[in-house]
Amino acid sequence: MIDIVHAVLFTFLAVIAIAIIRLRDLFAAVMLMGIFSLLSASLFTVMDAVDVAFTEAAVGAGVSTILMLATLSLTRSRESTRFARPQPMALLAVVLTGAALIFATFDMPRYGDPAAPIHHHVADDYIDRTDDEVGVPNLVTAVLASFRGYDTWGETTVIFTACVGVMMLLGGARTFYRWRRREDEDSEGEGKSL
Amino acid sequence: MIRHVILRVLSKLLIPLIMLFALYVQFHGDYGPGGGFQAGVIFGAAIILYALMFGLEAAKRVFPPRVLEFFVALGVLLYGGVGIDAILLGGNFLEYDVLAHDPVHGQHLGILLVELGVGITVASVMASLFFLFAGRGRSDV
Repeated sequence: MIDIVHAVLFTFLAVIAIAIIRLRDLFAAVMLMGIFSLLSASLFTVMDAVDVAFTEAAVGAGVSTILMLATLSLTRSRESTRFARPQPMALLAVVLTGAALIFATFDMPRYGDPAAPIHHHVADDYIDRTDDEVGVPNLVTAVLASFRGYDTWGETTVIFTACVGVMMLLGGARTFYRWRRREDEDSEGEGKSL
Repeated sequence: MIRHVILRVLSKLLIPLIMLFALYVQFHGDYGPGGGFQAGVIFGAAIILYALMFGLEAAKRVFPPRVLEFFVALGVLLYGGVGIDAILLGGNFLEYDVLAHDPVHGQHLGILLVELGVGITVASVMASLFFLFAGRGRSDV
């Protein structure tokens, strides 16, 4: 039963990905990307990764769609088609990379295999120690905030730095006020000289 | 200002609930799915919904960009402050065990504060980004 759900969700993901590539209307592409994120979130839920699904639904389907639409309102909503001719070299590179990646998956452990190396590196240690040392029922929170506190600290500073970067580029509150004050002063100066 | 009455009334009903849900996700993250990042995004989404429905200028009066800028830094400072506090109390950076008399209580307190810092930063970053993008190319905001 669960295999059928997986198959249906993955098929939808593939269909939507192809549709996004084929579309030239960016507005429709943004909407389809939102649906893509929502489907990924459902897939994560089916795979019992609820915290990841939560993030994907909130960020991928929610906020990033809105930010994309806000960006689209500043530009044209049709993709310019500069590369109308087929590019054989590009196609070859993509096919070779894809084939190499698929070839590499043959060596990977089966999905959900309890003997997979990823489940025996540090995970056992975290599962053993969470109850006694952290005492938080949600293991994901214990790993993110306590065992891996440095990583989450890094992620928070990345978000902070990204915001500072956007503020520098698009003009945060302070630059805006300073710019408006300068405009006002300039216009006053002109009035006096006249 | 958008004139769609149904959307505006519905969003008036929804925005407080979305904010309350964000707080639930924030402080219930120790017990259920969720945590600071998800809660921050949901709270940011509530602010964005307000801006979409009632206009950018009204949203900027409720959540002034300068205050949001302050909160962007405050969350990171709170996270780093917990780490520095642990050093001052004789532990390593972000070692929550020393924060309270009992190591497990210290862990609880540390995780709560750290997640709160993440939530504050993420919520204000999301709202700031939307304000910056949406306010671009307009002279009236």
